[in-house]
Amino acid sequence: MEKHFTDSRVKGVSTGTTILAAVFDGGVVIGSDSRASIGGEYVSSKTINKVIQVHDRIFCCMAGSLADAQAVTKTAKFQLSFHSIQMESPPLVISAASVLKQLCYNNKEELQAGFITAGWDKKKGPQVYVVSLGGMLISQPVTIGGSGSTYIYGYVDAKYKVNMTREECLQFATNALALAMGRDNVSGGVANLVVITEEGVEHIVIPGDKLPRFSDE
Amino acid sequence: PAAGFNFDNAARNAAFEGLFEGGQTPKPLKTGTTIAGVVFKDGVVLGADTRATSSEVVADKMCAKIHYISPNIYCCGAGTAADTEKTTDLLSSNLTVFSLNSGRNPRVVMAVNILQDMLYRYHGQIGANLILGGVDCTGNHLYTVGPYGSVNKVPYLAMGSGDLAALGILEDRFKHDLELEKAKELVRDAIHAGIMSDLGSGNNIDICVITKQGVDYIRPFQESEYKETRKLKYKYRPGTTPVLTKKVVPLKLEVVEETQQRMETA
Repeated sequence: MEKHFTDSRVKGVSTGTTILAAVFDGGVVIGSDSRASIGGEYVSSKTINKVIQVHDRIFCCMAGSLADAQAVTKTAKFQLSFHSIQMESPPLVISAASVLKQLCYNNKEELQAGFITAGWDKKKGPQVYVVSLGGMLISQPVTIGGSGSTYIYGYVDAKYKVNMTREECLQFATNALALAMGRDNVSGGVANLVVITEEGVEHIVIPGDKLPRFSDE
Repeated sequence: PAAGFNFDNAARNAAFEGLFEGGQTPKPLKTGTTIAGVVFKDGVVLGADTRATSSEVVADKMCAKIHYISPNIYCCGAGTAADTEKTTDLLSSNLTVFSLNSGRNPRVVMAVNILQDMLYRYHGQIGANLILGGVDCTGNHLYTVGPYGSVNKVPYLAMGSGDLAALGILEDRFKHDLELEKAKELVRDAIHAGIMSDLGSGNNIDICVITKQGVDYIRPFQESEYKETRKLKYKYRPGTTPVLTKKVVPLKLEVVEETQQRMETA
């Protein structure tokens, strides 16, 4: 698809994206947009899935080169599954994040992918971790990533509160994604959200026309 | 010839970039194409044009771009023709061996995973943009695999240099659970749009319909309206060119060396 490739730093399909995750009282919400682009100009997919389940209560959001991110999450899924069989118990969220970090750090020259990992485990409850491009791993209560995140730092800083309810957190995440998709050209499509709690996992998909609208639209 | 990829021209291209201001380095040749796929009620329809170009000349007017992978899975290839040909052959062999070993029919998602692993390993050096479609016990599936190893599962798809034209038709008229005839018409129209609007695509349209009952590979589904019949014969009858003189010179050959090589029959 070289006619689509212009000066983008990512070769091939990029997820150019908005991803986020936030901890609420009793669980965590992780979400993303659904646009995949090539060269910053051509939308190669309007419905790409960027929220990947790596284990029963652990999900991952990908950003950067789609090929690299898919390859890394496939490897991570396998390693985590193996780890969980060996330990005879569900993996911790930090283990999932560490597996991704190892892959990103050891292959930092070749890879162009960053991740947000969110989940629930018995030891520490709901958690969110972010693995950046070079392989740094940190834990945060709320985190945003991807090219669209630059437009919503202000919103997230102002509106995120610790110990929100499930509904408040979902509304917060939906608003944040809608605002970012509204300003970033390489984020768009539908909003994919996943709510993870001790009881289970719930997928919520909000089509573009049902997203909240703000004063200028 | 040496095995593996040859990067000699990369150094030459780098040198070229210095010579021209603005860097008009020679670009790798891609043969134009329009390929499309649609998931319908009972299966998957794949379509492709049949033109293979070598710069401005049409090298093959009836080239087959829909490749066999397994009895229930077919693959359309765009990009570097040699790469798509070899990649799909390799995939087909691997899946056949797998079927024989495990006694199971291959699933489309398995073919996709094998392709993704292979193309990712080569980091985009294999220029294959593939549309994989097939029917297995889990349903009707259509996937796209990019040259860098990215995968996407979709209900309709177009690839190649004529993809934007074809996608316009698909975006307008695609619906879920189409009937067979409507689906074939949709794919035909999409490829036709690609042929009309793209110089690299043309000639005839091939269609491949895959359902649970079997595969219907219609080649060609529609012939080009611009096909001409040959007006003259190109064969000349014996005696057209008269023989003026004839001279026979025997070549003296002598045996220099004689060796025997045992064939390994053990």
